[in-house]
Amino acid sequence: MKIAVLGAGHVGPVIARLALAAGYEVGIAGSGDPARIEMITEFLAPGAVALPAADAVADADLVVLAIPWHRFPTLEPGMFAGKVVIDSMNHWPPAEAPLGTSEEVARRLVGADVVKTLNHVAYQDMEPAGGRAVGIAGDSPDAVRAVAEFLEHIGFDPVPVGPLAAGRLLEPGSPVFGVAARRQEFENFIKEQS
Amino acid sequence: MTTFGLDTFGDVTHDASGTPLTHAQTIRNVVEQGVLADQVGLGFFGIGEHHTPDMPLSAADVVLAAIAARTSSIHLGSAVTVLSSDDPVRVYQRFSTLNAVSDGRAEVILGRGSSVDSFPLFGYDLADYEDLFEEKTHLFAELLKGGPITWQGKTRASLHEQDVVPYTEPFPTWIGVGGSPQSVVRAASYGFSLMLAIIGGHPGRFAPFSELYQHALEKFGRDPLPIGIHSPGHVAPTDEEAREEFWPHYLDMIGRLGRTRGFATPTPESYAHEVGPHGALFVGSPETVAEKMARTMKKLGASRFDLKYGIGGLSHESLMRTIELYGTKVVPMVRDMLA
Repeated sequence: MKIAVLGAGHVGPVIARLALAAGYEVGIAGSGDPARIEMITEFLAPGAVALPAADAVADADLVVLAIPWHRFPTLEPGMFAGKVVIDSMNHWPPAEAPLGTSEEVARRLVGADVVKTLNHVAYQDMEPAGGRAVGIAGDSPDAVRAVAEFLEHIGFDPVPVGPLAAGRLLEPGSPVFGVAARRQEFENFIKEQS
Repeated sequence: MTTFGLDTFGDVTHDASGTPLTHAQTIRNVVEQGVLADQVGLGFFGIGEHHTPDMPLSAADVVLAAIAARTSSIHLGSAVTVLSSDDPVRVYQRFSTLNAVSDGRAEVILGRGSSVDSFPLFGYDLADYEDLFEEKTHLFAELLKGGPITWQGKTRASLHEQDVVPYTEPFPTWIGVGGSPQSVVRAASYGFSLMLAIIGGHPGRFAPFSELYQHALEKFGRDPLPIGIHSPGHVAPTDEEAREEFWPHYLDMIGRLGRTRGFATPTPESYAHEVGPHGALFVGSPETVAEKMARTMKKLGASRFDLKYGIGGLSHESLMRTIELYGTKVVPMVRDMLA
């Protein structure tokens, strides 16, 4: 299975490393010319291939959006049709009330199966994943299953939280945001919310 | 050469009864802290620009000039200057002036700023965060070359054969990096030193950043440059005392920051992890802090360590004790461990 990581900033190389360690093939893309991130890839995610975003996405079974939220409108939406897309982004600065980035992502990336996860884990806490519980929200059961499998392989313990709109429960201000929670705490929190 | 320094964000300190001091008194106390840092033999004293009621050090260079007047050997600088929301010409002028006043002891650490209070204050849009920093860093690098400057960009008025004064000796310039690999490459491309801001998680995870930086310097045909570490901490005679003194203020600060920045509220367990061998807080007895510093510096190939001391709610007296213990006990031990 091939993974495309869009974003070579704080988060992208960490997710790329975790995926590489779990045996996935990984393409990574920054903004523009891949030559700009070749050095970063070589040292921070050795084994990943720096590609233009369109090439990375075209090859991939699973796409991870690890770019700042304000860059999202610069992505060409057409290339994501038919793909499973992980939204790991957050509003920055945090919005007054959770707006649900994933619902906006799904609206724009027509034809993609969007799954919200990993956004509530700080990049410095992702490695090693250590069986940490992560919430997973999506409307397509197949996409949620595929992402859950990926998360398990890279070392997390995925906890379904409901449809994509429930991804709001994982956003800044939530009691699980940035917290090293175990499955039980996570499930209790989700139960309280429903 | 290995250099040890202190950084402060100028948090408002409290008196013995827990009452906050005025901004003016807090600032005067920072001057005293800088003077003590020089007296105990430290190599650098830095002030991080902030613009909030609990961190009122918005004009660090003025405070640094006051410290310069009362010291003779310590280097003085920003930690960091939020270049994205400042004018590179003014930053250059202010630190060139500090360099003159201090007889060549100025340094600048440039940052994009993790506290983003300066963006609305000065009318900048956070969405332009990266573009502002990229363009302004380029202008700053041009200014450091000296002589009349010609420059054109989107973030300030163009310059044509413009003299930007005062001319002083070049001063060391660093880029503070919190976790952005692009910033590491950028530092190398301009020939700026790399200051790794390690404020959470395992310090060892920055080792690939050091390698990336050294490789990038080589690729850009530059000589090796120092790598530094900036991390928060607190020193007291015993581990227990240091941890107990620091904890309520750490809990209060991270708890408050968390509401606007999405940090999790610390728990006794997460705190124990951060002050332990795998965390980023250098809190403890001189022996504990020294051992952790030496290990981290070796792991990251760093020749500079700036301990970010002080946190809102501690007293000036407690900060002075940290400075004294750091200069007289911690640093000599680290030097021995690295020798």
